[in-house]
Amino acid sequence: MGKALLVDRGVLAKCPTGIVGLDQITNGGLPRGRPALVCGSAGCGKTLLAIEFIVRGATQFNEPGVFISFEESSEELATNVKSLGFDLDDLIRRKKLAMDFVRVERSEIEETGEYDLEGLFVRINHAIESVKAKRVVLDTIESLFSGLSNTAILRAELRRLFRWLKDKGVTAIITGEKGEGALTRQGIEEYVSDCVIMLDHRVRDQLSTRRLRVVKYRGSTHGTNEYPFIIDEEGLSVLPVTSVGLDHTAATTRISSGIPRLDTMLGGKGFYRGSSILISGTAGTGKSSMAASFAQATCAGGEKVLYFAFEESPSQIMRNMRSIGLNLEPHVKKGLLRFHSSRPTLYGIETHLAVMHKQIEEFQPAVVIVDPVTNMISAGVAQDVRSMLLRLMDYLKSRQITTLMTSLTSAGDALEQSETEISSLIDTWLLVRDIELGGERNRGMYILKSRGMAHSNQIREFVLGRQGVELLDVYLGPAGVLTGSARLAQEAKEQAEQAAAQRELQRQQAEGQAQRKALEAQIAALQAQLVAQSQASEQLRAVEQARAAQQQVERNAMARSRRADIMTAGSGGSRRNGDRK
Amino acid sequence: MTTTTDRKTKTPIGKPVQVDAPRAVWDLRLYVAGQTPKSVAAFTNLKRICEEHLKGQYHIEVIDLLKQPQLAKGDQILAVPTLVRKLPQPIKKIIGDLSNTERVLVGLDLRPRP
Repeated sequence: MGKALLVDRGVLAKCPTGIVGLDQITNGGLPRGRPALVCGSAGCGKTLLAIEFIVRGATQFNEPGVFISFEESSEELATNVKSLGFDLDDLIRRKKLAMDFVRVERSEIEETGEYDLEGLFVRINHAIESVKAKRVVLDTIESLFSGLSNTAILRAELRRLFRWLKDKGVTAIITGEKGEGALTRQGIEEYVSDCVIMLDHRVRDQLSTRRLRVVKYRGSTHGTNEYPFIIDEEGLSVLPVTSVGLDHTAATTRISSGIPRLDTMLGGKGFYRGSSILISGTAGTGKSSMAASFAQATCAGGEKVLYFAFEESPSQIMRNMRSIGLNLEPHVKKGLLRFHSSRPTLYGIETHLAVMHKQIEEFQPAVVIVDPVTNMISAGVAQDVRSMLLRLMDYLKSRQITTLMTSLTSAGDALEQSETEISSLIDTWLLVRDIELGGERNRGMYILKSRGMAHSNQIREFVLGRQGVELLDVYLGPAGVLTGSARLAQEAKEQAEQAAAQRELQRQQAEGQAQRKALEAQIAALQAQLVAQSQASEQLRAVEQARAAQQQVERNAMARSRRADIMTAGSGGSRRNGDRK
Repeated sequence: MTTTTDRKTKTPIGKPVQVDAPRAVWDLRLYVAGQTPKSVAAFTNLKRICEEHLKGQYHIEVIDLLKQPQLAKGDQILAVPTLVRKLPQPIKKIIGDLSNTERVLVGLDLRPRP
């Protein structure tokens, strides 16, 4: 912010105006005890700035003020500023404010000979004394020139007046109408040269923007840019944003996008905190829904979201989001979610940004959503828009506020080209696009870039269902990417194939089982055969043994009958043994 | 605003003013800020013009704004000296030291505009 740049050594005493942003730009306020000139064309807010200076002085800094008006009566002024919550009558009653209306009617006045403006001095002095004023406003003293004809006297007297105010030690604001080629019509900037503030009310393409610039500030540093300012129900506020460079610290913590699969695509954790995110796409691609998902998730985590809607009213957004299962209303009730809806054409981009800045300062959100930012682009010239958005982005980054912006691209444009104004400011850029296939339109999404994280390069189809935004894989078929019913058909086909494969497997399994069983039966039969076989051979052996035994017996019997030696069964030499006996 | 005796009879230069209240149709007020050469000149000039043209029909009230600053607001005084014709209506103002008699007479509607 401007604060960091403007370092003062405290030489010049400052008188805080109490006007939001102005004290920041002037690094503390107006030069104390000196007159300052506020100039600008008609209707640029000079009187309001002056009166706010007086009112804030009286209410916030305990410095009573005097308002000398040359154009409007005190009653008119009091009525005019009542809408801003300034109760002048009350301040007058409490001796915090003295007002005097100096009216000069040329038709009533004849001038003959020498005169001076001592009468005016007396009146101002009287007003100052009556409330012990520290602040004085002369609005617009130049109207004296239309009331009195002797400009030589007037000039000399004005010079004397400003000198006199300085001697009185009051901090004064002198307002002046902007002149041709000069700051004021009568060139009174010659006499009031300590501090000059210029206000401007420009209308371009039928959109008005108010700007403030500190032209000159003797003895003090000050912001030199033109700063947009707004006048709303709380008075004046200046947007003190400047591009202070790229020195904000980058967070490493992450914040969920509210769509689990998108988080996965973004390196598994979602966006970086304090980064800027752009979702761009053609109409009806679901940009707002993604934004709402993000808002929902952030609020559910107990953090505050400020939602700037430039297309829909809050209730319309809430109704629409309910249809995809995002209920934002409880968050609004809890004060976590705040909508700010306005038509982009309501005023120029600077004013929009000033309003946004004010809202952000007030609400202190963790996340800011701008839906859509493109409408603001249409509210200004591309160059202005870029510089203003840059300032806003810098401001948001310095506050570590995560910003999500949606951007509408017209169907004919190349998606990537249309955002060249702001694309370089964006950290994470998501593209949603239509995929037309098989006579229907479906939504696809991919990450165009995402600084500082590994991210998926896949195109995903995303579906808005009752449960919110869901990301799905897309099928790549011979005809390209398959989405919608083509995807469903593909899914069905795959399912059928899978089922068939399953059945086949089961069939094969059953077959195998049967074969196995058959084999087992065969094995059992063979085994039985084997058993039978071995039993038979056993039997044979037994018969053979029996036979052999019988033969022995018979042989023995024969030997006995032949008187031979008794032979043991199976021994060949039994006869010889018998011989030896 | 009511005129006090003090104001009616005292002049910046201390001389008594023509006081002819019942017959006065010309109610004139001269605003000054202290006794400066300009205010003295203005009073002298005014007195002379009145004596010449409005003898017995006027009264002059001199108001010193240094003493009564609060009175400046009422008649919308910012230059001094200022002569205000309260009566006859409408209110007329002539600022300056009234050195140009012709213009004073025109300003007071005593002579048609040239």
